[in-house]
Amino acid sequence: MTVRAVESWTLQPLTDYVHEAGARLVLLMTPAGQVLAQFGFTRAVDVMAAAALGAAIMATTTELARQLGQPPFAALNHQGQRHGIFLSGLTTGRGALVVLAVYDLDVSSLGLVQLFFEQLVTDLRAASPREGVPKQVLAADFERELNESLSTLFGR
Amino acid sequence: MTAASFAQALDQITRVPGVRGAMLVAGDDGLVVAEHLMEGIRGPAVAALAASLATRLRRAMQAAGTGAGHFWQLLCERGGLLVVPGASGILVVAITAPDVNAGLVRLELLRAAEAVG
Repeated sequence: MTVRAVESWTLQPLTDYVHEAGARLVLLMTPAGQVLAQFGFTRAVDVMAAAALGAAIMATTTELARQLGQPPFAALNHQGQRHGIFLSGLTTGRGALVVLAVYDLDVSSLGLVQLFFEQLVTDLRAASPREGVPKQVLAADFERELNESLSTLFGR
Repeated sequence: MTAASFAQALDQITRVPGVRGAMLVAGDDGLVVAEHLMEGIRGPAVAALAASLATRLRRAMQAAGTGAGHFWQLLCERGGLLVVPGASGILVVAITAPDVNAGLVRLELLRAAEAVG
């Protein structure tokens, strides 16, 4: 399985992260839930659901922090019996981004996922375009842009 | 256990000549529980990688039918890593110079592992 990217500058940093952290699933997206790259997902519907839920969690925790008069929370980790979910924001030349990583507790650990996330942030910042944040997607173009992105993300 | 008793356990390890740092690491998560390190040592990185290695070693030992590991030591060109797994899943880790008295460090690691449970 390989990393699939809508924006090619994300490809190498994310590929390195997946291998080093031992992540099972990874999504790189904007805070609005627009996916820039993914690893491990086999169905478009799963990507859309995970992106929407991840973006919603980020929005919720950011608002909670605002209500508490705090800067946004750095990261969120949730561990189940077999898997862990790591969700964190970062800033690059492309703007604010969000990483959602799912890892097997048998294969990886929170420590590894966090450790290599720091490297991922550095790599993404170095690789990101310095300017020219892509245009906002208009409602009229939304479906077409979404379909194009999903085609790229799943190689169809 | 309190933070003070963690610090005391680590302090005994770092008193051994040649020890550059000692840490208590959550074995499952690879996160630092307590640390006493010389400047320049990346505690979170050592913790995450040592815990990952400990997990793999444990599986290898189980597969080999040798039972649980009590102590392991990695010798490198410019230093070493000595680890004792505690009963509660906490790893007691020492980062050392290459010429350290490994027996003495091992003794202090075992004492610390007993103290932290």
